[in-house]
Order: sequence, then C-alpha cells, then structure tokens
Amino acid sequence: MSKSREILLNPIFNDNPIALQILGICSALAVTTNLYPTLLMCIALTAVICLSNLVVSVIRNQIPTNVRMIVQITIIASLVVVVDELLKAYDYENSKTIGVFVALIVTNCIVMGRAEAFAMQNGPWLSFLDGLGNGLGYSLILIVVATIREFLGAGTLFGYEILVLTQNGGWYLGNNYMVLSSSSFLIIGLFIWLLRSWKTEQIEEPEYRVARNNLETKEAGTRV
Amino acid sequence: MNKNDTLVKTLFVGISLCLVCSVIISSAAVGLRDQQKYLKQKDQQSKILSSAGLLTNQKSIEELFSAIEERVVNLDTGEYEDSLDPKSFDGKKFEAEDYSRDPLTSIKLTTDVDISSLKRRENFKKIYIYKEENEIKAIILPVRGLGLWGTLYGYLAIESDLNTIIGLEYFSHKETPGLGAEVDNPRWKSQWKGKNIYSSTGEIKIEVIKGLVDPESPEKKYQVDGLSGATITSRGVSNMLSFWLGELGYAKFLNRLKEEIERKESLNV
Repeated sequence: MSKSREILLNPIFNDNPIALQILGICSALAVTTNLYPTLLMCIALTAVICLSNLVVSVIRNQIPTNVRMIVQITIIASLVVVVDELLKAYDYENSKTIGVFVALIVTNCIVMGRAEAFAMQNGPWLSFLDGLGNGLGYSLILIVVATIREFLGAGTLFGYEILVLTQNGGWYLGNNYMVLSSSSFLIIGLFIWLLRSWKTEQIEEPEYRVARNNLETKEAGTRV
Repeated sequence: MNKNDTLVKTLFVGISLCLVCSVIISSAAVGLRDQQKYLKQKDQQSKILSSAGLLTNQKSIEELFSAIEERVVNLDTGEYEDSLDPKSFDGKKFEAEDYSRDPLTSIKLTTDVDISSLKRRENFKKIYIYKEENEIKAIILPVRGLGLWGTLYGYLAIESDLNTIIGLEYFSHKETPGLGAEVDNPRWKSQWKGKNIYSSTGEIKIEVIKGLVDPESPEKKYQVDGLSGATITSRGVSNMLSFWLGELGYAKFLNRLKEEIERKESLNV
C-alpha cells in the first residue's frame, strides 16, 4: 500500500479516531438522533479537519513553537465559523438543530489532535489526506450510530417511515432510550467490541491484573 | 533558540494570522447575510402559514404569504398600533433582553402571573391576519414560553370566532428529540384543529392534559393529548397558551376585535 493510500484509509478501521483513540465522542453522542443532521455534521467536520490540516501544514515552518496551539485553534475556529455561516445560509432548518454542535467542532479533539500530531510534521498533501481519512473514520462511526438510533428510536431512516410508530397509528413503540444521548455510548461500545474482535491487534493490554487467591504462593507456603 | 521563536516573529505570525482569519470570517458573514435572512424569513413565513393550515405545495411561500396582513397590536389597550410599521417591526427585538428592559416597551411580570417564565412581556406584538373577501378567516398570534430546556417560540392560529383553534406551530425550541420535540409531530399538531379556547363563561380552558383525551369527556373540546415522556414540555405548552390568551396577553385585543366583528355583522344584517 502506498503511503498516501495508507494515510487516507488507515483512520477508517485500523486507527479510527473514535473507536481506537476514543477522541471526539462528544459530538457523536449529541447529533446522532437522526441520520440527515448527522450527515451534515460529518461533512462539516470533514471539511474543517481537511482544511485545518492543510493550512496548518502549509504554514508549519513559520509557526513559532511556543504559540503553535493558539495558532492551530485560531485557524480551526475561523474555519468552523465559516462552515457554520454556510450552513445557516443554505440549510436553515437543520442549522437550527445542529448549529450549536457545528460551533463546537472547535473543541473536537480529533481536529486539534490531527493538526498537532500530523499536520505539524507533514507536507500539505499528506496532511490533507490525513484530515480526509480521519473525517471519514469519524463519519463512519457517526453514521452507524445514527442509523441504529434513528431506526430503533423513531422507526425512520432519513426521515422516511419504515416502522410505523404507535403515536402515528402503527405497531412499533419507539425505543425512548435510543432517543437519549446516552444510547450512543452503548452503540459505540458495541462497535468497538466488534471492531476489536475483528482486528485483535487493537485490543489494549490491561493496565494491571488483580492477583489470584492462590495458596501456592511462597508466603502462603511458609505459613502452612 | 529556534528562529521562529523570537518575540518579533511570534507577534508577526500572531497578528497576520488574526488579520487573515478576521477578513475571512467577516467576508463570510457579510456575504451570506442576505441569504441567511431570506431563509430565516421564509422559514417563519412557512410556519405562520402552516399554523393557519394555508400551506400548500401548489404555490410558493412568498405568493401565499402576500395574502396575509401584518398588524402591530398594543397589548395594553388591545388596539392596533399604527405608529409602528409592521414591515419594519422586529418582534424578536422587543423580546430581546436589553430591549425589553425598557419600561416603555415592556412590563415586568411578577412571579404569580409569570406562568411561562417570560420575566418581561413586551407591549407590542406583530400579529398576522388572513382575510378572504374582506372577511377575517384566520388570526395568527405569536406565542412563546418556557418548556423543559428552553423557550418555545411558535404561532397559534384561531378562527374568526376568536375561540376555535386552527393550529399551533413552533418555529424554534430546544426540547428533547423524540419526547418534547414531538410538538412538531404532524399527528400531535393535527389535534389542535377545532379545539376551543374559552368556556361559555369566558374562562381559559384549553390545555394539554396528562395522558390521552377521553372521547366521552364533556371537556374534550378543550383538551389535547399529553406528549408521552414530556410532562414538562406539555405543561409548558398549556401555560404559554393560558398566558398569551389571558389578560396580560391577547385577551384585550381579542375582545376588542370580537366587538368589531360583531358590529360589522350586525351592520351587514
């Protein structure tokens, strides 16, 4: 696999920012009740992360190291404002529901993390690809979560009715837990479990083990 | 020391970055302002139309909205306030914190009457009237009040008898999706049509009850099903209607309008 291909595709399954690095899950909880706003959020985040990586990488040799984080956050924040304005100008209806979360992309750990960890050390093209890859990795999880939540919570996909809810005269009683943000924890947890069962190298070593109650230890032996 | 880490370089990079970013942000904000304003207005117009059941797919929103008459009402006297031009009247401005603190344009609400947690009530409201052949068919009143997470903003449309509801439509709220946000559910909204606001003695009876409306109940024409799992939102909706249809809300205006309509009818007969 060529290097650029690897940079683009690795963050999707092998080094997923949410599933492996557990970054940026705040917005994964908040915007995923319905698929359409989730999709908009994914596009917004991917655009911001690609461009911020690109810009940071272009000026990386000029950035004074002691203020580099401030420079990164300024760039990211400006991009976020522009994306937010665009959303308000072209999809007012949805900007009402996800506007606040789009504004919070500034604090999304993935964006800042990639700028600091990758774009500061690599050229513009590779940084752009890295941003795109991480954006897609983030989008993958959000879309999976939103599909499950919208389907089980509201019986719809992209707003199209699939299971008719009891409040609309059908048979399906919407799962209210899926409507609440905390259900995303459950789904992301299950996703991580599945992913790590498939790619076992992602399983982390336990940090410590509790000692067994074993009589055959030396101390126990001397006492008996 | 790294050549980038000198004070001059740091200041230079900082200032030029800020300049570039501010130019980009301000041009985006200025360049898109008209488009944003247009969409926002269109969204509100569509909610106004849909509360009165006038929204159809055959005609554009602008075309439909041109049939709607806008008036500014003085809530204290119940009269139309002709000194304020409805076209330039910004209802939102009269609700904004700083503006509504002005005692000339708003009054402070004491806790016992402030059932919708509004804190202050503006004295002037822009309302919308739909007429067919010079006869009032629908009156659309803006309402707002606290739900669970924040204020719900919406429009209540009533018929010319000033007692029968046509519809209630919210254009902005922060309620929980799937629970309180079901105020946007078309099925729930459709229940409002035909409900009565006032009892024969003039008492405000309309309310969102807990649970489902009993079809046998004599009170059913004043009741709407509660939103399951959203008791506080349901209560918020009831409270906001009682407030806005009460003495501090549109009651004076509605009474005056009722007399006006009755006088006109008696002249016609």
